[in-house]
Amino acid sequence: MSAHSNVQWLDAFVARLGRKFVIGVPMLFLLAVFALPFLVVFKISVSESDGVRFVDLLTWSEGVLQLKVRFSNYLYILFEDSLYIEAYLSSIKYAALTTAICLLIGYPFAYFLARSPAEVRPGLLMLVMLPFWTSFLLRVYAWKMLLADNGVFNNIALALGLIDAPIKMMHTPFSLTLGMVYTYLPFMVLPLYANLVKMDLRLLEAARDLGATPWQAFWRITVPLSKGGIVAGALLVFIPCVGEFVIPELLGGPQTLMIGRVLWDEFFANNDWPMAASVAVVMVLLIIVPLALFNKYQAEQSAGGRA
Amino acid sequence: MATNANHKVGAGSAASNGQPFLRIQQVVKQFGDATAVDGVSLDIAKGEIFALLGSSGCGKSTLLRMLAGFETPTSGQILLQGQDLVRLPPNERPVNMMFQSYALFPHMTVWDNVAFGLRRDGLPKDEIAAQVEKMLALVQLSQYAKRKPHQLSGGQQQRVALARSLAKKPQLLLLDEPLGALDKKLRERTQLELVDIIHQVGVTCVMVTHDQEEAMTMASRIGVMSQGQILQVGRPGDIYETPNCKFVADFIGSVNLFKGKLTVDEPDHVIIDSPECRHYVSHGITGTLGMDAHVAVRPEKIGIQVEAPTAADYDNAAEVGFNCARGTIRGLAYLGSSTTYHVALESGMVVKITKANDARHDEVRLAQGDAVHVWWWGSDVVVLTQ
Repeated sequence: MSAHSNVQWLDAFVARLGRKFVIGVPMLFLLAVFALPFLVVFKISVSESDGVRFVDLLTWSEGVLQLKVRFSNYLYILFEDSLYIEAYLSSIKYAALTTAICLLIGYPFAYFLARSPAEVRPGLLMLVMLPFWTSFLLRVYAWKMLLADNGVFNNIALALGLIDAPIKMMHTPFSLTLGMVYTYLPFMVLPLYANLVKMDLRLLEAARDLGATPWQAFWRITVPLSKGGIVAGALLVFIPCVGEFVIPELLGGPQTLMIGRVLWDEFFANNDWPMAASVAVVMVLLIIVPLALFNKYQAEQSAGGRA
Repeated sequence: MATNANHKVGAGSAASNGQPFLRIQQVVKQFGDATAVDGVSLDIAKGEIFALLGSSGCGKSTLLRMLAGFETPTSGQILLQGQDLVRLPPNERPVNMMFQSYALFPHMTVWDNVAFGLRRDGLPKDEIAAQVEKMLALVQLSQYAKRKPHQLSGGQQQRVALARSLAKKPQLLLLDEPLGALDKKLRERTQLELVDIIHQVGVTCVMVTHDQEEAMTMASRIGVMSQGQILQVGRPGDIYETPNCKFVADFIGSVNLFKGKLTVDEPDHVIIDSPECRHYVSHGITGTLGMDAHVAVRPEKIGIQVEAPTAADYDNAAEVGFNCARGTIRGLAYLGSSTTYHVALESGMVVKITKANDARHDEVRLAQGDAVHVWWWGSDVVVLTQ
């Protein structure tokens, strides 16, 4: 018996260590590639730059340890130049619009995928992922060709006599949103599919049996039960869209101010790294704070509700 | 229970001009080349609890799903009080189903689950509330109204499912393996509870089960299904005591089947010769001399003892010399309330015998390897010709 419990004790120890290890590795990875760089960026944002190098935050002179933290960049972003606030709001607007359109297109798409016969599903799923096989840049560039004033769409429409003059599509909110929806749609479809495919179809039968029309069963049962997939897909689309740089750069125009481009300009046009870092920190906070609140809400919901 | 059901048969048919409450007529369901339900016809009376009993794949669930509206018959009619159900979608049928493993909506509370069907009817709020309260009280779950299904035990989930399916006061209640998800002890208790509630509500009920005990406990009539067809319909006792074919005899309880030939055919008795013994069957059968027949004897209807049985052991002195075989006890299992013996007869056939342990100690204890006589009454056997 005691020899046995000895072994059990060892097993328990290994099990505990194993669990810590499994959780610990990704945690360390995140610490190394997210938390530390973020701290570096934060440090830069509150540093003073003499144009070439940053002044140390901590200085030691005449026996006094001085900590100089410069918040002027933040004050500038928030209160002085409205460009930044506008860029943030505009980014959030386009990201939200993209997320909404992705959900609108992606939900029926994922639903169809999940309800198609099991043997064709892998093929259809591969079609969803097929665009990833070509370069992202190439695909965004292709839209330029399609949407330009003398691009494919305008030429066809002109040739068919549908329009008299080319419609301006490039460098408009339309081209920007189109590009982002096109790029991020798979990120909406995949989590939704993963959620919908597991759904117990007998729940829909139960709803029909109790008098629900197919449409009511969809809204009362399918949609609420796919909430997890909707949230996951929306976050996967919304978060990268807020900070998106390449698509606004290639497909956007003067009307489509986005924070990614402002960031780029601060870094590489103005060469003002502390300002650029401040913009980046505000952006991260802007995304993380609502996300954390949402997570907390979710956790409370699940504590009182589902396991 | 049986007389009660019979009484209701009369009442139901009188009210609807000779129409049975539920009539299933020549219903066939094919999936591709496979025929799941093969020409089933059934009449079910108002207030009855009817069980479709069969092993998995026999078509009983498909038949139930056609009643609910989830499958459309390939041909045939389903009439509820004379109204054709086939063309109605599930949400327009006055039929509700309690699903196998319940299919409770996991994102809704118990209250919302029960209210779901009532809300679809657009009833006023207070009416819905009153009916939900009533249903929860009926299944004794009032204090659990705010819980989610996963916070309930299996037995409680089953009661929520029942309350949900009864909330709309359906004319026909369908139960799909109603207690299959519960463990044995709980199942036995719940069977009677369920019957009690169904009778209280007075709803007509069709249930599907593979568990013969469940069917016999709950149902007023049973239809035994195999390969898409109904082999026999009857009250539990009829099906057990007078099965009409080998499949039913074997499926309901266990049975010893002696294969033999009809050698004497008199109006009041027949004699069937099998390698094991000569069977004196004290009722006439329709058949021709020399035909193959099976004599079916239930394990509990066979006596076992060391000495040969005498006239006093039979109910009819004419049976002496018949209905008896010698053998050796191959194995025995003491099950508490009864003991099961496996006796190898001289022909090699092994007979199963169950004896109730109704006295504290049997006067003679039988052991493995003992040479014994086994015998039975000619009035206790059934002759099966198919």
